[in-house]
Amino acid sequence: MSHSEPRQDGGEDERVPFMQRLLDNPFLLLFIGVTVPTVFYIIWGVMEIAQIPIAP
Amino acid sequence: MATIEQFRTCPTTGLKVHLAAENLIKANAVVAVVFLAVGGLFGLMVALTRWPAVHLLPADWFYLALTAHGLDVLLVWIIFFEVAILYFASAVLLNCRLAAPRVAWVAFALMLIGAVLANITVLQGQSSVMFTSYVPMPAAPNFYLSLIIFAVGALIACFVFFGTLVIAKEEKTYQGSIPLVTFGAMTAAIIAVFTLAAGAIILVPTWLWSIGYISDIDPLTYKLVWWAMGHSSQQINVSAHVAVWYAIAAIVLGAKPISEKVSRSAFLLYILFLQLASAHHLLAEPGISSEWKIFNTSYMMYLAVLGSMIHGLTVPGAIEAAQRRRGLTNGIFEWLRKAPWGNPAFAGMFLSLVMFGFLGGITGVVLGTEQLNLLMHNTLYVPGHFHGTVVAGTTLAFMSVTYLVIPLIFRRDLVLKKVAQIQPYLFGIGAGGISLFMMGAGTLGVARRHWDIGFADAVLRFEYPEVAILMLGLNGICAVLASLGGISYVVVVVGSVLFGKKMGESKLAAPVAPVTSTAGVVGEYGNAGTLKLPGTIVLVSVFMMAFILYYVVNWKYLSEIWPLR
Ligand code: HEM
Ligand SMILES: [Cu+2]
Repeated sequence: MSHSEPRQDGGEDERVPFMQRLLDNPFLLLFIGVTVPTVFYIIWGVMEIAQIPIAP
Repeated sequence: MATIEQFRTCPTTGLKVHLAAENLIKANAVVAVVFLAVGGLFGLMVALTRWPAVHLLPADWFYLALTAHGLDVLLVWIIFFEVAILYFASAVLLNCRLAAPRVAWVAFALMLIGAVLANITVLQGQSSVMFTSYVPMPAAPNFYLSLIIFAVGALIACFVFFGTLVIAKEEKTYQGSIPLVTFGAMTAAIIAVFTLAAGAIILVPTWLWSIGYISDIDPLTYKLVWWAMGHSSQQINVSAHVAVWYAIAAIVLGAKPISEKVSRSAFLLYILFLQLASAHHLLAEPGISSEWKIFNTSYMMYLAVLGSMIHGLTVPGAIEAAQRRRGLTNGIFEWLRKAPWGNPAFAGMFLSLVMFGFLGGITGVVLGTEQLNLLMHNTLYVPGHFHGTVVAGTTLAFMSVTYLVIPLIFRRDLVLKKVAQIQPYLFGIGAGGISLFMMGAGTLGVARRHWDIGFADAVLRFEYPEVAILMLGLNGICAVLASLGGISYVVVVVGSVLFGKKMGESKLAAPVAPVTSTAGVVGEYGNAGTLKLPGTIVLVSVFMMAFILYYVVNWKYLSEIWPLR
């Protein structure tokens, strides 16, 4: 994302429905698409593995 | 900058094509095809080794070829082609210049260096660790390094794509929302960022471990993070080939999506949930709770599957709507019977759609169900399933779109018309066959990645039922068919690029893969505006019935071999 910041669309029509605003914002989608699996799959998974007791 | 900002206008679609983007699309597509040829050859050798009557390669070469096969086709062919798709879907479809073409060339160079180094390293023989390269089985350090270099290149290409989206928006080269095909490509790029980041997180320490800087890597953590890459990258493929389906339907038939909203929401389901299904690769691991497994595979995966089922409805629906608009309204199926089956782009696309659903999709849900997974975990059923998705599905879709890319981007007509027309059927039947017969053998318990399932030199040998051996033979025959289809593809593509009739800036009189006069809809946002689609409803109902039936049969099968008392 170093190329450019996502643009604020505040200047455009305020009544654009929420879903459309979401779907028209690639960087918000990118953020969601990276965060969801990082939290539910990787972080939760690593926590489970970390809880396995070490063999004596 | 003025020199690299040259455009031409496509006489077929009216799209403005940035020449720098066009060259990058060409380069990435050509390298992709070369590696498909190399990797496909390894695949044929692997399949012929697993055919007991042939048993082509010695054991060490078998595992080497299997490693090279997975690497060259799943990673190199598919990702190079996907980069070409990303550049097409951003710069070309949005009438825009590509962001930072020089950076895109650096990405290309890194990917190429990575791919070549990976092949050299595998061929040296110390890295036959197969595609998953599970620790603590060590490969040569260059094996991991080459993958890292490749992944960095691919990641840069993704950011060139996002940069192009930003430029297009700022320079207002399109109106309203981006076209659906671009949206699908964006979904692929988003999943790719997660995929490649996960790859870096696991491969960098593994590389350091291989050169001795880190003393050990926990195998379960490796598997967990590796599959965040290994599985998610398959979801890049799904998103990309769904985008390609929509693109081919639009370019060949002028088809518009039934509902942009619905299709875009289906892609959103992919962005949210597809990557979580990575957990289905760890269903048989002890040490991780069922809560984690079932949350990530059952609950969340079904939402992603819902996304695929929506596309499975709206892609044929869009085609039906377009065909009916041209007057093919008799009965339920005239639109399908009179579809352009002689156009290799359309034929391949439709076969890809059907086989992805029936062979790859249904079996994927079965495999991804925790309990049912026990039935075929680590058997040939697994490669059978994913040859339904990535070969009959993704690879065939990418082959089909090539037949449009050559006239539209390379500005050449296809050579060997008859070969091109037969190719999708040949490859489709072959790929469908390897998928089906590997699954058949797997259902009978034949292990995957196994050179000698009979344990010929062991004290205790093992006999499989005759049917299992038959399945492996049929798999070998279909592998030959698929290879002939693959060779035909490479011959047509290379022949056309080098010797095809030059088109200049004019249209062709009778092209092999004809394009409709309204092909420009591929670059527009808009709906077909009809819901009268009886044929699609019938097709989808047949699919749902097959799905439910197969799912139930597997539960029944499970209950028989694992009785509850
Ligand atoms: C001519 C076409 C092809 C043939 C005949 C073929 C055949 C095979 C066979 C027999 C196996 C080994 C199964 C085992 O012993 O475990 C295999 C593995 C595999 N194939 Fe293919 N395949 C073909 C094309 C492709 C394509 C186009 C892709 C990807 C896009 C692909 C991806 C893979 C992967 C990832 C593996 C697993 C490698 C591993 O276990 O490490 N194949 N293939
Ligand atoms: Cu998977």
